[in-house]
Amino acid sequence: MSYKQRHDGRKPDELRKIEAKVGVIKNADGSAFFKIGNTEAYAAVYGPRDLFPKFLQSPARGILRCNYNMMPFSGSGERVRPGQNRRAKEISMVTEKALMPLLDLDEYPRSVVDVFIELPQTEAGSRCAGICAAAMALADAGLTMKDMVSAVSVGRVDDAIIVDLDYFEEAYEDGPVADIPIAVMNRSKELTLLQMDGQIPKEMLIKAIEMGKAACDKIYAVQKKALQEKYFDEGA
Amino acid sequence: MEQIKLYLLNALNKGRRLDGRNTLDYRDPVKVEYGVTKTAEGSAKVTIGDTVVIAGVKLEIGKPYPDTPNQGSIMVGAELVPLASPEFEQGPPSIDAVELARVVDRGIRESKAIDFEALCIEKGEKAWVVIIDLVPLNDDGNLFDASALAAMAAVKNTRFPAVTEDGIDYKSKTDEGLKLNECPISVTVHKVGEYFIVDPTREEARICDARLTIAIMESGELCALQKGGEKPLSQGDVSRMIDIAIDKASMLRGVLENGN
Repeated sequence: MSYKQRHDGRKPDELRKIEAKVGVIKNADGSAFFKIGNTEAYAAVYGPRDLFPKFLQSPARGILRCNYNMMPFSGSGERVRPGQNRRAKEISMVTEKALMPLLDLDEYPRSVVDVFIELPQTEAGSRCAGICAAAMALADAGLTMKDMVSAVSVGRVDDAIIVDLDYFEEAYEDGPVADIPIAVMNRSKELTLLQMDGQIPKEMLIKAIEMGKAACDKIYAVQKKALQEKYFDEGA
Repeated sequence: MEQIKLYLLNALNKGRRLDGRNTLDYRDPVKVEYGVTKTAEGSAKVTIGDTVVIAGVKLEIGKPYPDTPNQGSIMVGAELVPLASPEFEQGPPSIDAVELARVVDRGIRESKAIDFEALCIEKGEKAWVVIIDLVPLNDDGNLFDASALAAMAAVKNTRFPAVTEDGIDYKSKTDEGLKLNECPISVTVHKVGEYFIVDPTREEARICDARLTIAIMESGELCALQKGGEKPLSQGDVSRMIDIAIDKASMLRGVLENGN
């Protein structure tokens, strides 16, 4: 049996509903909210600020530190125990790598740029939502941005190539599944995040990435609009 | 004395706060939103001025404690995530987080707000555990009152998930809520110099001498207390602070009941 019709009626390249807002956390230097389907992410940027303990400082360049955290009630099953598990650690690390190419860290010697991502509710695609929110928060913090990044998961469910998999599709059992979160820089179109769970032939992977790039263009438009709403429409 | 404290005392002498509020005013808005996260069995977001707290309830099935075989239980956690304030740090719960969670827990537990016996499924074997987690999104002071309000709102918003032979089916919620007998409201009154204030901003809280968190039941009776801060309180102070708290609790109770 093949996966001809997506279970929620979306077209193969259709994203779930997206919402984005910038400047949602008053204490932060920059912040954003990004929602895709039932997955919600808040991101806050603090910094560049002094980095302690001092031995972590680099005299040549600043450090980017990311932390991805699911709120205890944000999983679809049992409570998520607070504290960083291995999954959260890995996601924090790949998030860092996904965002690093956006910044010129040489500008901030001895300092740290902290990015905190918190998820109040999740339903697949949470690392990508976190990256989308974080990228907007970095821009909102007024940091020099070399580019912008957007992220989405792409993949295959049986013989279909689709974007923005949800739980049902990730857990599809009647055929092979591949879940591939990617992050794409808007201008250079280079990938800053690429992971995969599952099985896929090379040709299908390349097609999936192509589809993901187009989807990221749509996400970028939403991110850009949210930033513009804060900086150009305010008080208008 | 710190300059900012002098300013505050000076203003209080004229019956005002640094932000123009009267001494016993809460900030605007005081707002409760119910059902803010779908993955929780119950949730709420409370906004007091620039302070924002999300509370979420997860329900699990556990074995009752041996000394209360016919009762379920509650657990309250607070995570002062670094997203919410430049002063919060990554890592295991700080003493502030522990105190916050315990004070909120005490208000709910001691008022017997949640009927623990109604949580029992099978005596000595199975009972519901109500886990309330508090996560501030932005800390601009008065996390105690905001968190206690959010916790009660989330509890009221809670609906049991369906239970099948395989266990809890978190994806399908029933219409059944928790059996509630009370609704405690917490008000924290702060003392600075000779003055009493409520709902301090982060800046104000930092320069206050002492605080008293008072949890108040529908009848006006008290169900939990927690004194904080470095300076002592006289009996007269305590009496005055309780009067203030009872008055303010009715306002917060109204917000809780009229939230959406």
